[in-house]
Amino acid sequence: MKISVIITLKKDVLDPQGKVIHQTLDGMGFEDVNEVRQGKYFEIDTKETDNDKAKAKVEEMCKKLLANLVIENYKIIDPK
Amino acid sequence: MKSSVITFPGSNCDRDMDVALKKFGFKNKMVWHADAELPKSDLVILPGGFSYGDYLRCGSMASKSKIMQSVINFANSGGMVMGICNGFQILVETGLVPGVLLRNKYLEFICKNVFVKINDKKNKYFKNVDNEILEFHIAHNEGNYFCTNDQLKEIEDNNQIAINYCDENGKIEDQFNPNGSIKNIAGIFNKEKNVLGMMPHPERMIDTSLSGEDGSLFFKNLINNLK
Amino acid sequence: MIVNEKVAVDHGLKKDEYAKICELLNRTPNITELGIFSAMWNEHCSYKSSRLHLKKLPTKGKKVIQGPGENAGVIDIEDNDAIVFKIESHNHPSFIEPYQGAATGVGGIMRDVFTMGARPIANLNSIHFGSPQHKKTKNLLRGVVHGIGGYGNCMGVPTIAGQTSFDSSYNGNILVNAMTLGLVKKDKIFYSKAAGLNKPVIYVGSKTGRDGIHGASMASASFDEKIEEKKPTVQVGDPFTEKLLLEACLELMAGDSIIAIQDMGAAGLTSSSIEMASKGNLGIEINLNKVPCREAKMTPYEIMLSESQERMLIVLENGKEEHAKKIFDKWNLDFAVIGRTTKSRKIELYFDEEKVADIPVDTLVENSPMYDRKWKKAKLPKKNKIKKEDLKHLKIIDVLKKILANPNVCSKEWIWQQYDHTVMGDTIQKPGGDAGVIRVHGTDKAVAASVDSSAFYCWAHPLTGGKQVVCESFRNLISVGAKPVAITNCLNFGSPENEENMGEFVECVEGIGEASKYLKFPVVSGNVSFYNQTMDEGIKPTPVIGGVGLIMNYKNMITMEFKEVDNLVLVIGKTEGHIDQSLFARNILNKKNGPPPEVNLFNEKNNGETLLKLTDNNLIKSAHDVSLGGIISAVAKMCIKGKKGISIKKPKYLINEIEYLFAEDQGRYIIEISKKDFKKVTDILNKNAVHFDELGTITENELYINEKTKVRIDELSTYNKSWLMNYMSK
Repeated sequence: MKISVIITLKKDVLDPQGKVIHQTLDGMGFEDVNEVRQGKYFEIDTKETDNDKAKAKVEEMCKKLLANLVIENYKIIDPK
Repeated sequence: MKSSVITFPGSNCDRDMDVALKKFGFKNKMVWHADAELPKSDLVILPGGFSYGDYLRCGSMASKSKIMQSVINFANSGGMVMGICNGFQILVETGLVPGVLLRNKYLEFICKNVFVKINDKKNKYFKNVDNEILEFHIAHNEGNYFCTNDQLKEIEDNNQIAINYCDENGKIEDQFNPNGSIKNIAGIFNKEKNVLGMMPHPERMIDTSLSGEDGSLFFKNLINNLK
Repeated sequence: MIVNEKVAVDHGLKKDEYAKICELLNRTPNITELGIFSAMWNEHCSYKSSRLHLKKLPTKGKKVIQGPGENAGVIDIEDNDAIVFKIESHNHPSFIEPYQGAATGVGGIMRDVFTMGARPIANLNSIHFGSPQHKKTKNLLRGVVHGIGGYGNCMGVPTIAGQTSFDSSYNGNILVNAMTLGLVKKDKIFYSKAAGLNKPVIYVGSKTGRDGIHGASMASASFDEKIEEKKPTVQVGDPFTEKLLLEACLELMAGDSIIAIQDMGAAGLTSSSIEMASKGNLGIEINLNKVPCREAKMTPYEIMLSESQERMLIVLENGKEEHAKKIFDKWNLDFAVIGRTTKSRKIELYFDEEKVADIPVDTLVENSPMYDRKWKKAKLPKKNKIKKEDLKHLKIIDVLKKILANPNVCSKEWIWQQYDHTVMGDTIQKPGGDAGVIRVHGTDKAVAASVDSSAFYCWAHPLTGGKQVVCESFRNLISVGAKPVAITNCLNFGSPENEENMGEFVECVEGIGEASKYLKFPVVSGNVSFYNQTMDEGIKPTPVIGGVGLIMNYKNMITMEFKEVDNLVLVIGKTEGHIDQSLFARNILNKKNGPPPEVNLFNEKNNGETLLKLTDNNLIKSAHDVSLGGIISAVAKMCIKGKKGISIKKPKYLINEIEYLFAEDQGRYIIEISKKDFKKVTDILNKNAVHFDELGTITENELYINEKTKVRIDELSTYNKSWLMNYMSK
């Protein structure tokens, strides 16, 4: 089963990349943009077939590796 | 010979390139990314650095800056355009040369001397260079050249590979590939060979007190070829 | 929020300090004011435990343009050129988030240097980690190295030298010290002293967010289990913005608009505004609503204490606002006039039309606490008795291999290959030598820099250790042919409230002072980092010395690799056979106690200056100082780098061969000379009463002592290079 994870920077953490992408979009004529925050997206294909168990495993992966909880949040997208 | 070096926000090898070009006889001008007009030039250089902080994808945002439209027009009309390191990354983002540059295979920035073998001399960049193998210097985090199989076939059919990473004897093998590039590619041309993108920095090899002198060979030859 | 003693204590203030604040203000401070006091009065900003002792350091000299007290020190390198340099710690943030902690450390020190008008031309770093076996070490090392590279590489400033060590005392508290050198014209140096009334106060750079609020207080708190709670204070570095800020500031500095400039480092807007006012004997009034903020609803407290990176505060000449704004607009940076200078000698802050703080500047700076902490004098440990039987079974080559592969001696190529060390096109000596060397752009001059520390020596006997580190720095500069000019120091210690740790501090500083005075090698800038400890255990005392030297003609620079077969190799300086505290004693004999090698300042100075005479006469082909691992380790490294061998003669005088080869006596160098120059060289050495031994002759590819004791250089090279690579790839 495939589970997706989105990692975003915590709200108060500076996102230098998002800031510069925003400025560039501005310069290209996309002037309506309020803010850009950049994140990461993962697709994890697991052998686990039980939905809850798989989610729990992925959650553990997020905590231990995929996200840096000092500055990032993660969101697991339900496989259903 | 007149040259222009484009400075993007975050470029940091622009001065080094200016020093090198002047040392070998170019009349060089620094051009700001927000300018629209390119001064009359025989050679345009996109220098190394971290334009726009390497954010989003290396070179992606610089490729959208104002001056780049003039650079693209210049290249399409046969003008000589060379992108070094981040400049190479900008070139692939504009589509002037094929492929992309991914993160280095071992996920680390790498700064060291490497050997490259010249693959094609029927162009103004490498014509009349006596050596087959040059010692150059690399300093990058995203120099891992990648393209599709179809693109690779086309590149090879047109002889667009400029230089490959190799050992001091010219052996092109995996163990001499510093970043995981397909076929050890260190630099490529466009089809017409007036546009060159390469990861190594010849401008850091222009003095025996620095990393070496093979950059001097390259620039001396380049200005002669342009005359 | 109501301010009381408990709130003050939560801010890291002591009860009597809070009472003093109330007395100075003659009222209870509000929460914003309390925050400002806590930031200014903590150890990091006020140097309250160290000030008394730092006064003893020699800070003046013929070449010193600016000593401690500014953003960085400045030295004269002739022809109207000057070098601005400083070292600073970012230990606690790097332990919490190694990448961002190290990156912002590098960013902060570069800002200190370009605030003074200098373009940064070289970075160095001294990093110390726990035992390689400790579960956190590998990730911390990787993160710190990536962070240093991530920031420095993006800025386009070469990282030319560094130092890395491992010791279990850093298991819970790593050290990350970053140093930057900048080049400036002597008549274009900028200072932080405000001057003139009603001058506009300008904010430039990035927006202010909630990053690192109370970072400066964190740097003064020791680590305990609550560390997790402190995590949200991590600042994120943005090297791209800093690169723009650098270019924009230098562009503005080319004109005559700036009266004073100060970067917002620790304690952000608070310390920068107060320092400018204090130095200028002025007041500053700020409207906090004008400060560019990244997030909505930030309070005055948060705005004043934010440690968002890449920001500067400038006092401008009247009427230059438009000109300055144009430059910052060009570089896409925030620019705001946020206040003005006043004659009140107070910091007055307004927010939503209300006065939210009103503090006399003197109470924050001059009246800040200063402590004469209790400290314990260290005794010189007794010498170990080394029995001949303990040495008998040892095979020199086996020991040498072990030492070359020791984490503290082995090649650090894995680290420095990740730093761009060649950008700017003037790096003429890369990392891996005794010191990094860069040309002064467009001239024949070159500047050498090195970072050194000897925590084991300092731990065994702080006074001797302090002296030794300065001497080591002196030797490293001389080994590359540079004349030592001045130093910067980063003093990393445990808690000043612990008598032993405080004693280590006091005596190391005394040692540093004594040596730098004798060697005419003054201290021009520095930083103190206390509370480096986990629970109650302090780190080994680790003063780090950043030395800077000058080479008048870069073509006379010396490197350490052996150059030519048949050349002669000399040991300069006398070998007495001091084994205690050597790498050999600690790692091979497993004897951890005993005194460090003695430091004889007369010999240090005489040997060093005599070598410079040899350098001036072009008589030295290669040179390297003798440090960890003794003569044979130094020689082996010269062989490895030069891909040459050596045939070693037995020493003439009677000490044990093992002691001769592995002892760590001070004041020694290995030099390579041409056979034909032997008489010239020895005449100069004899004339100056410098002891030397003839060690041997350079050969093709083997380190040879006798038929039973020899090894191929490429084998030694593998031992030296593989430890760190293997460790990091596992």
